[in-house]
Amino acid sequence: MSALLIDDISVEFGRFRAIDRLSLAIDYGEIRGVIGPNGAGKTTVLDVVSGITRPKAGRVVLDGGLEITRASETLIARSGVRRKFQKPSVFDALTAAENVAVGVEGRLRRTAPAAEVRRRALDLLDAVGLADEADRQAGEFSHGQKQWLEIAMVLGGDPKVLLLDEPVAGLSDEETEKTAALVRSLKRPDRAIVVVEHDMGFVETIADRVTVLHEGRTLFEGSMAGARADARVIEVYLGR
Amino acid sequence: MIRSLLGSSGGTGFSLTLAALAVTAALLVATLAGVGPSGFLVNIIGQLAAFALLALALDLIWGYLGILSLGHGLFFAIGGYVMAMHLLMHSFETTGTVPDFMQFMGWKEFPAYWAGLGVFPYALAVALVLAGVVALVTGWVSFRSRVGGVYFAIITQALVYAAMLLMFRNDTGFGGNNGMTGFSVIFGLRMGTETASAVLALASVVVLALGLVATRALVSGRLGRLMLATRDDEVRLRSLGYDTIVLKTGVWVVSALLAAIAGMLYVPQVGIVNPRILSPELSLEIAVWVAIGGRGHLVGAVIGAVLVNALKFWLSFAAPDVWPFILSALIVLVVLVFPNGLLDLSRGFGALKARMRREGVASLDPRRAGP
Ligand SMILES: Nc1ncnc2c1ncn2[C@@H]1O[C@H](COP(=O)(O)OP(=O)(O)OP(=O)(O)O)[C@@H](O)[C@H]1O
Ligand SMILES: [Mg+2]
Repeated sequence: MSALLIDDISVEFGRFRAIDRLSLAIDYGEIRGVIGPNGAGKTTVLDVVSGITRPKAGRVVLDGGLEITRASETLIARSGVRRKFQKPSVFDALTAAENVAVGVEGRLRRTAPAAEVRRRALDLLDAVGLADEADRQAGEFSHGQKQWLEIAMVLGGDPKVLLLDEPVAGLSDEETEKTAALVRSLKRPDRAIVVVEHDMGFVETIADRVTVLHEGRTLFEGSMAGARADARVIEVYLGR
Repeated sequence: MIRSLLGSSGGTGFSLTLAALAVTAALLVATLAGVGPSGFLVNIIGQLAAFALLALALDLIWGYLGILSLGHGLFFAIGGYVMAMHLLMHSFETTGTVPDFMQFMGWKEFPAYWAGLGVFPYALAVALVLAGVVALVTGWVSFRSRVGGVYFAIITQALVYAAMLLMFRNDTGFGGNNGMTGFSVIFGLRMGTETASAVLALASVVVLALGLVATRALVSGRLGRLMLATRDDEVRLRSLGYDTIVLKTGVWVVSALLAAIAGMLYVPQVGIVNPRILSPELSLEIAVWVAIGGRGHLVGAVIGAVLVNALKFWLSFAAPDVWPFILSALIVLVVLVFPNGLLDLSRGFGALKARMRREGVASLDPRRAGP
């Protein structure tokens, strides 16, 4: 059973068709790379999976159970889907530890003692290399630090399905390598990870399989090496 | 100095404000003993405290949740009108004089739904339930349909305007354009006496202090952090599993309750309530007080409300015609120059001082000013 089954979805913005009858199945234990030129519809797919955008047709099923296309964003999140946005989205007014704590708790009502939540938040900050910055305001963070902080925040929810939209955009080579190691360490048999990226080298080092999107449709699905060799992929994407 | 006064995390501004409120309360107690400030000043103090509470209510949702209401006069008016009804009933029950209000409404006796309003705890409950229900409905409907930002501000402004038009009608039953006045007794005290004024002002100052302590406890805790998170990035928060509609509606209701209490304190001190309390201008002005004090700092809202209204009181004697121009100028200043109100001013001042120090303008730097 797929962790995430995207079944024949179409998304339209006005008369423009951003996603055109796209189907995609992602399994547990897998890291799936999604690549494609600007405007291919990568972010839109993640928007549909996280409930922010409703498709015009088709459905998305989580874990063979929850029909995402009918659930609220809150319910989708509570069912184990977490998403890092393309534009790093953290809460500027809160400290790093508070940001991650918000991710750990995941609901308005307090579910665990504050000390326990903070300990878990500090562990996660440690995992993304921000342990020393725990009590700094997120608004003061650099772009790269915000990327990692947001990853720690979404990991707080212990996601079954983790969606990462361009986690290395704007990072240096060294930071990219560090992020690749981090993403690889997140792989688990009971977790599916989707990574949207432009950086082919990065995708190659982390993804088990890749999906190439173009104009809202799947152009290719398979190994990264296969994608590099595919004539259509070369034409629309690599060959530019 | 201003910065430390406004500081939301550093408790100095908060403690200083509470201390100032305590001193004011002590002065009012002195008035009760016959040695404090005079009746006129006492009345002004009481009104300022009621306005400050109203500003606090707005700052809670605007400063911390990022939801601007340009219709908070609606909740202020709900408290005010219910209080006026209480005072009329109470005055009638204790003195037996039929209020003028009844005569120009053409009523022989109070309508059935006024029953019990002469009892203050009941009137308080009615005001809070009414304000709470109106807030619950408006908040839930708007936030559920994802109305926010400018649209929400416009909706709230339209609501308060519609309410004003409704209350201007004489057949609505709340005094029409004349409103309600002629309150003669409050808590068994004759209105207008020094004692009654001092008791009212004291109550306003004490309630303001309690409101400040309670709202601060709210915003500095876990819910306060979630409020800031909602303000910073609501979509992000929702996709972490939070039901932000519940959070927003809840805080919106709390804010409405505070505004209604402010209205209940305000009306007896001015001795009248009429539909002008629902005018869009008043609701706009509340936002100006908060903006000038620096939103997102509860103490700032209090200071902003007190400063602007003190200026307004003074000008209404010195130069009554210029107030609208002063107000407009303040708005322009806040919007264009100091988006964070007095806080910007103090920051700007701090930055200026730092620059002067760097550039060696020693004479202007108090710490270096030698003999
Ligand atoms: N809310 C919207 N309204 C209208 N058009 C939109 C909206 N969101 C996305 N689009 C359009 O849909 C197409 C797909 O956008 P999407 O953001 O999914 O692309 P992407 O593959 O993530 O691109 P990038 O690599 O630049 O992030 C683009 O042409 C974009 O302009
Ligand atoms: Mg994108």
